[in-house]
Formats: sequence, C-alpha cells, structure tokens
Amino acid sequence: MSAGWLVAIVLGIGVLAYFFSAQRARAQRDQVDRAKEVPHSLPLYHGWFAFLLSTLPAIIVLVVLSAVSSGLIEGRIRAEAGTHIPDPAAASLQVGIIHNAAEALARLGLTGTGVPSTYAALRDAASAAGISLADSGEDYMLPLAAGVNEEAALHRLLIQGLALLLSVAGAVFAYSRIRIRLRARNEVERIVLWSLIGASTVAILTTVGIVLSMLGETIHFFSEVNPLNFFFGTVWDPRFAAAGSGGSEGQFGLIPLLAGTLYIALVSMLFAVPVGLMAAVYMGEYASPRIRSTVKPLLELLAGIPTIVYGIFAVVTLGPFFRDLSAALAGGFAFIQAQSVFTAGIVMGVMLIPVVSSLSDDVITAVPRAMRDGSLALGATRSETIRKVILPAALPGIVGALLLTASRAIGETMIVVLAAGVAARLSINPFEAMTTITVKIVNQLTGDLEFNSPQTLVAFALGLTLFVITLGMNVYALYIVRKYREQYE
Amino acid sequence: MTDAALPNSAVAPAAPAAPAAPARRDFGLRRRHAAERRFRFYGLAAIVIGLGFLAVLLFSIVSKGYTSFVQTSITVPVEFSADIIDKDNKRATDPRVLVSANYPVVARNAVARALGISPDDKAAMRDVAKFVSDGSRATLRQIVLADPSVVGTTRPVTLLATADIDSANKGQIDLSVPEAKRKVSDQQLAWLDQLRQQGAISTPFNWGLLTFGASSRPETAGLGVALIGSLYMMGIVLLCALPIGVAASIYLEEFARKNRFTDFIEVNINNLAAVPSIVFGLLGLAVFINFFGLPRSAPIVGGFVLTLMTLPTIIIATRAALRAVPPSIRSAALGIGASKMQMVFDHVLPLATPGILTGTIIGLARALGETAPLLLIGMVAFVADAPATPLDPATALPVQIYMWSNEAERAFVERTSGAIIVLLAFLALMNIAAILLRRRFERRW
Repeated sequence: MSAGWLVAIVLGIGVLAYFFSAQRARAQRDQVDRAKEVPHSLPLYHGWFAFLLSTLPAIIVLVVLSAVSSGLIEGRIRAEAGTHIPDPAAASLQVGIIHNAAEALARLGLTGTGVPSTYAALRDAASAAGISLADSGEDYMLPLAAGVNEEAALHRLLIQGLALLLSVAGAVFAYSRIRIRLRARNEVERIVLWSLIGASTVAILTTVGIVLSMLGETIHFFSEVNPLNFFFGTVWDPRFAAAGSGGSEGQFGLIPLLAGTLYIALVSMLFAVPVGLMAAVYMGEYASPRIRSTVKPLLELLAGIPTIVYGIFAVVTLGPFFRDLSAALAGGFAFIQAQSVFTAGIVMGVMLIPVVSSLSDDVITAVPRAMRDGSLALGATRSETIRKVILPAALPGIVGALLLTASRAIGETMIVVLAAGVAARLSINPFEAMTTITVKIVNQLTGDLEFNSPQTLVAFALGLTLFVITLGMNVYALYIVRKYREQYE
Repeated sequence: MTDAALPNSAVAPAAPAAPAAPARRDFGLRRRHAAERRFRFYGLAAIVIGLGFLAVLLFSIVSKGYTSFVQTSITVPVEFSADIIDKDNKRATDPRVLVSANYPVVARNAVARALGISPDDKAAMRDVAKFVSDGSRATLRQIVLADPSVVGTTRPVTLLATADIDSANKGQIDLSVPEAKRKVSDQQLAWLDQLRQQGAISTPFNWGLLTFGASSRPETAGLGVALIGSLYMMGIVLLCALPIGVAASIYLEEFARKNRFTDFIEVNINNLAAVPSIVFGLLGLAVFINFFGLPRSAPIVGGFVLTLMTLPTIIIATRAALRAVPPSIRSAALGIGASKMQMVFDHVLPLATPGILTGTIIGLARALGETAPLLLIGMVAFVADAPATPLDPATALPVQIYMWSNEAERAFVERTSGAIIVLLAFLALMNIAAILLRRRFERRW
C-alpha cells in the first residue's frame, strides 16, 4: 500500500468520523431540555473535532516515522558499503547503485530465494523488464539490497498499521466523548490557531534552511580550499577536471566575480536611478491624471517582464546594436563587445526603472503636504520645491529605496548570464565582458559534475556570499525606510 | 520674495532689461523659469526613455517571433512503396518491420516525384532530402501503424518542411549572400518555387510549437513539455503557497500579539521577499534534492522552490487585503457573539478574498517567469516526452526559452522569440485577470 493511499484512507476515516460525530451531537442537542442545559458547541464543531482527532495524529506519525525509517535504512546501507569500500567518495557512488538495485528487485518482485546470485544476472533480468541499472555493481550488493527491501517493507507495514490504528482510535475517542457540554469549538479553534502559527513559521524555516544548507556546503568547501584564497584570490580558474581524477586543484578567487557584480550593478544604477527618479517626479508633480493613469501602468509593465526576456533582448537586439554602433563610430573597430558590462548594465537598468520609480514615488508622497505647500507659498517654482524641499526631506527614504534596488541588481541572474559573458577577469573597461557571482553559480551547477568536488561546492560559498551581501543591504534599507516613515507619522 | 529666500541659489547676474521698461528689480525669474522648463523636460525625457525601451523590446521580440507561429508544410502524394517499407514482405508475421522502416526515403521520393526528378540522380536526391523534416518519420509511421493496408498505395500526406526550407519559404534567407555560404542553394529555391506553383506548399498555424517536446531539429521542437511542466509547477505553487500564505497572514494580522517572535517572523518575510531568486535555487538543490532525495528536473521540486519564493508576495498582499477590511465588521461580528475565529473565517476572510486572489495571481505570474532557480535544480534537461506526473523530468517555459537561446541556428532564434511571445501572452492573461478581479470586486468602505 503506497503512502498516498494510506493518507486517502485516513482522510476517509476522518470524513466518516465527521459525519457520525456531527450526527450524534445533533441527536443529543435535539433531546436536551434547554431550560436545564444549553449545548456548548454547534454539531459542526463536534464533527470537525472528530475529523482533526482522527487524521492529524495519524498523518504526523506517518510522516515522522517514515523519515526515521528511511534514515535507518540509509545508515545501514552506508555502513555496509563502507565495510566493502573504504574510500568515502567511492562509497557514496556505491550507495546509489545499491538503492537502484533494491528498487529493481522490488519492481521485479524478487524476494528471499528469488534474488539472483550475481549482479550481472539481476541486471539482465532488469533490462528485460525495461529497467536500466549501472554496470559497475558488485555481487555483495544483492543480499544487502534484498535485506534492505525486507526491512523497508517491515517498517512500512508497522508504520502504516500504527497510523491506521491511531486514526481509528482518534475517531472512536472523539465519538465517545461527545457531550452536550463538550467545548468542541474551543478545541477546534485551538488546533486551528496552532496551525496558523505553524504556517507563519514557514518563513523562519525557509531562512534557516537557506542559511544552514549553504553554511554546511560552504564549510565543506572551505575544508578543501583555504578561505583566504577564496575571499582574496584574484584568479578564478576552477579547472573542471574529470570526476575522480586527482590533481584537480583549481583557483577560486572571489575578487574578479565580486568586481564584475558590483561594476554591472553600478552601471545599471547609473542608468536606472536618474531615469526612474525623474519619471517618478514627473508623474507625481507634472503629469495630468489622464497621462499618469496610462503611463504609470505602462512603465510598471517593465517590472512584470521576466528577466529571461531582458536577457534575450540584450543578446539578440541591444548587444549587436551597441557593437555595430561602436564600429560605425570608431571606423570599423567595434570597441563595445556584444557581451559587455555596458550592455548588461543598461538592460538591467531598464528592468530597474519601474523599481526605482515606484519605490521613490512611495517615499516622495510620504513627505507631508505642509512642507510642499509652504515652499510653493513662498514663491518657489515647482522644480525648486522638488529639488530643495521634497528631495532633501525624502533623502533617507530614497537612499533606502536605492539600496533595495542595488540589492536587486546584485542578485539578478538571467540578464547577466546571457549578456555579461563568462570570462572572469578584472578590468575597468566597461565595454568588455566581465562575469558575476550569479553567473558562476549557474555555470558551476549546470554541468554533470560529481557533487562533492570543490568545483560544485564553490557555488554554495558564492551563494552564501551573495546572500550575506544582499541581506545586509536589505536589512539596512528596511531599517532606514522604517525609521524615516516613523519620522513623519 | 527675493533670491535670498532661497539660500542655496546664487544671486543671478542682472539680465539686461529692456530700455523702455520702468526700473524693476530683477528676481532672476527668467532664469528660474528656464530651469523649471529644463527640469520638466528631464522628467518627460525619463518617461520617454522608459517607454521607448518598452516599445523597442516588445517590437524586437514580436518582429522576430511572429513568423514562428506558422510552419511551412509540403503536401505531396506519398507512395507507401512496399519495396522500401517492407522489402522482405514480413509485415504480416513481424509488425516491428513497420516501426523501423526507412520512412525518410519514402518522404524524399514523394517530393522528388512531385518535382519530376529521376531517382537515379543521386546528387539531386540528396538535395531533395533536405526538404522534408526528419519529423516526417513519425508522421508516416503513424499512418502506416494505424492502417497497415496503406502499404503499396499512394495517398496525399502533409509533411513538415525542414527549418531551412521553412526560412526560405518565409523569405528570411538573404539572397545577396553567395550561394556557397547559404544553407539553401539556388536549385533548392527553384524547386521550392516549383512546389509552390503546384500548390504543394502551405503555411498552417504552427500547433507543433505548442505541443512538441524538445528536439535538436528546430521544426520539431516545441513548448509542449515546458507548458506541462510550468502548469504542474503553478498548480503546486497554488496548492502550497496560497493556504500557507493566507494562514500565516491571518495569524500575523488578526491574532499575533506584537512580541519578539512575531517581529522576527515579519523581518524574515520582508527579507525573503528581497533574497535573490538564485539563492532559492541553491536551497532547493541542497534541501529538496540532496537531503530529501526528490528527483532532479522534476516539476515538484521546482514547484516547492517557487512556493517558497512566492510566499512573501502572497503574505504581503493578503495582509494588505485583511487590513483593508474595516474594523466595524470585526466589532459587529464579535458583538453578536461570534468567537474570534468565527469572526475571521466567516466575515473578514470572505471580504478580503478578492484582494487575496489578486495578490496570488500576481505572485503566480512572477513565479511563471522565474528562470534562475530552475536552472540549478536541473530543469535544463532535454525532455522529449510529456511528463505524466510532477515527479517526471520536465522543463519550464522560461527555461525552454533559455535553452533555445543557446542554439545557434536561425530557426531557433525565431522559436525563442515565439516562445517569449507565448510566455508574455500567459503573463498578460494572468495580469488582466487580476485587474478585472480587482475592478469587479473591489469595495470602497
């Protein structure tokens, strides 16, 4: 019986419990003499009470014990594979093969004496049934795989039995407890409240998951590569070596990637900030309501376009255009390369225009009306009011908005993957290709690499670096924005 | 008013006044008004730049991609010659012959016959073979397997043209390039004209773009697998993110007391909204694939990753919608004896539903266009067959666009832009739905 079926059965028991309990509560309610006793909860709540009692514990037990069981089995396979193969990296490959062999045995329905004696025999039987297995399996795996299958089946039986038992017991218990004075509504509401709290901790769990997963892999990476060489190295040359071959020492210098990231972000901000800010000011101060109501949604369209589309736009249209333009200007020599910091920065800047303009619009409208009116009443023109009163008053908020925008620019991936190039080098010429942290994360993880090599682990170190940088900027920006908002409220 | 009232502006040099005018103090008004006009012009220029880029972007995509929605086809009488399909006449005993028969030759001969080329002209036959896509193998095989009696007869069949012939037919081949450097020779162009005059060439709507899976040949490559993969992921996001997001918002907005714990949750939500999307990809790789052992390239992992990404958007929108429900509703419900939970679920939540759905649709639209995290969890895969369950390998719409953009062939450039049009059309639909929803149900209290 698969887990899906079991959950369906448990839910079925829950639905039955709901109807019978609600029915019983209704019957009791109809018999009660209301002059003496008032029912506490509606029959509906008695039903929900029974439903929750018969499903929740069963499903929790199912999930938790299934995780424990697969952990136990994994441990057993690892321990036995470890006794045959001392090298941990090779052993982890073997563990995968054992898993596949066990699955093949299960799908072929082979147990006990039916298990083939050699791995080759199993592989032939499997391929006849349309299941492909690795070539490099060994004979010791077969009894182990069969044993694992038996153990897993036993665990499954025990867990599913326990879950069913709990479900039925919960239903019976709830049914038997139905009384006129049972505070069923309070019980149900307490459970609902706890599940609401549980849902709101998902955000915390996600953050914890991000930090822990990346921290673990990063520590693993730093056990093979000196952190100083990572943080202060100026050469990025990870040297993809064939899996398992020795001497694959690469150089993992963060500096060229960080420089490229910040450079492209700078170019994009230099483009997006004036344009976005002026657009926000114009729409807030000068544009007639009609123009605003058409132009504003159009500009916000830019924010809704997926970044992959911007990337393609950079590669197919804007990059070649800049290259040809520069060739025409310099008489044949194209000093702007098709993939360059400049192209990537401009395209990213276009993407950021609506971000800058909507954030600064919020900030500008938060400036109290009295300040604006005061300035206008003194005879200042509108532009003087904006430049000398509103913008200085809104400055902290705008700085916060710009920080948020910059963190978007630093974490942006698809535009730079397509438009910035992959060459990791230090350069101050914006018309050449540079690369970024995000590009390298994608490059390192989209090949067929063994997972434990520094070449792939470095992606997690880069990811953690990126996370820390953007987190710092976001926290600081939110702090500024919040503080500024309180100032005027 | 004097300039001194504006401490920052320098005193302007007195402009030469018209001699006839009475003596007037000069406030630098002309200069200040010029500055005002300049400032206004900058603002207008900024808007024009933004809208200009939007127009150029959309124009470049549409102008490159609209041709991918039609596909050149060749309709010729095909002779299902028994000599080629089943030389040894074994099909009655061994139907596998019909599966592995040499159908491309059948297709080639059909086109050659329509052009009146002798089968002995080997060089010409080789050029003719470049007319019909290798996808015709599947087309013809299907016809024969469905009805084996067709072998030995002749019937008209519509075959896909190859990408090069397709480009030539759409007039995308630059004829000023010397023939040797072109993918289509003058002879082939002449044949194409001949076929066109016979009425054999047609350009029907390219359903294949929406139904085919991955392929190395542009004419048989399509978005089918990507659309199903994206659909699965959107379903998972909706099923996971909406209940969790609404539950979290209800707790934070209606029940939570302000304390360290809820502050911490809020800080987390705000930060997750600003974490780069690629970091979620790393999380998915490390947690869902390596730790929980879910399969790579599967929409279920993509769905979970996008759920975590969409959650902050939905929470922020839901909280705004809950806050917009006036307190009088709450007081009224509590006043007639509802419990707090009843008040929230029976009165506040229904009133907030349009706002919640609008936020959810916008979050889904963002998730639909997200590419970077999906690259890391292995959705850049060559998947030719449609996935049956969310656990089978699939790609996603934006990832398919990325993969096609890495192909060099001209026809793939066209398909890339075509796929972008499809993606943008979906996004436009979702956003329009959100806007209509808001218009229809928005309530002013």
